[in-house]
Amino acid sequence: MENRVLELFTTFFKIGAFTFGGGYAMIPIIKEEVVTKRHWMEDSDILDIVAIAESTPGPIAINTATFVGKKTAGTLGAAAATFGTVLPSFIIIFAISSVLRQFEELTAVKYAFAGIRAAVLVLIFQGLLSMYRACPKGKMEYLLMALSFLITVIFDFNVLVIIVSCALIGLIVSRWRNDHEHTS
Amino acid sequence: MNILPDLFLTFFKIGLFTFGGGYAMLPMICQEVLAHGWMSLEDLINFIAVSESTPGPFAINVSTYIGTETAGFFGAVAATSGVVLPSFIVILIVAQGYEKFRDSKIVQGVMSGLRPAVIGLIAAALFSVAKTVFIPHNGEIQVLPTLFSLAVVGIAAFLRLKKKVHPILVILLSALLGIAAGYAGILNI
Repeated sequence: MENRVLELFTTFFKIGAFTFGGGYAMIPIIKEEVVTKRHWMEDSDILDIVAIAESTPGPIAINTATFVGKKTAGTLGAAAATFGTVLPSFIIIFAISSVLRQFEELTAVKYAFAGIRAAVLVLIFQGLLSMYRACPKGKMEYLLMALSFLITVIFDFNVLVIIVSCALIGLIVSRWRNDHEHTS
Repeated sequence: MNILPDLFLTFFKIGLFTFGGGYAMLPMICQEVLAHGWMSLEDLINFIAVSESTPGPFAINVSTYIGTETAGFFGAVAATSGVVLPSFIVILIVAQGYEKFRDSKIVQGVMSGLRPAVIGLIAAALFSVAKTVFIPHNGEIQVLPTLFSLAVVGIAAFLRLKKKVHPILVILLSALLGIAAGYAGILNI
């Protein structure tokens, strides 16, 4: 068991250190390490984990690591896998942050970031596009997208309040739809 | 409020109310970070590029960075553990009977409202990012810098959406374009 906990830590440390682009980029590598190489879980488990990671709060990478750790070696395993995922990011960003500020003062770097910010716009747009494609769409969905967009842009409204309200609306509408189906 | 508890609690809140991957965290991060004055929107956009070019999830990278910038090593620990803890606790609970959770009508109902909300919120965040890119600090839109930004957006969109070029290469190329435009006197920085 102790070996398993240590192995979880090193496996997820490696995953954290070598994946660029966050949670979704990690899934194929997690699958490779956890299913193909180590047989800790099965293919279908990974699909379940992704579905659960999406519907629980927090970053996909952390949700997935905690879940795999818990299923493989209990709470200690969950802690080891999560810590392993976080540590490489933490070390790298902590190390570069002091340099980054000084670096940003250089004229060439200022010019570079003027170009980079325009590219970041496209990266966020692309992330948005793939989320939009994956989202089931109906009248309620379009309405909530438009409302949360407009309310935030026009009134700079509290994001948290919008998230909680939309969750409640989703719950109420789905309840109502269910009742409707049963009675008709 | 003392800075360490403030960092921990703010990032705990961000972790607790972010659903979905990718840039789902961006709207909450933007709002909280700007409200606390921890970072300007411009710096935050710069950091997105840094985060895309370093390993690890955006959520961890950005919380470690803001923690370090505001309160050094312990700030980084406070912010990062804050953002991780809600996930960790919720997954430990859910993992017990996850089939029940996955098939739950309540969870599915809540998600049917959350997913479109997150999309609308990211679209709103994208809108503020676009404003920062195209409208300079003094509010005066100038022809050459605006044309330059439009050109980079066009090139990046073509490379990323059509040609599926890796994000890091797109960032690198846009940096080179920025440097070239800057020394050619187009940028007005």
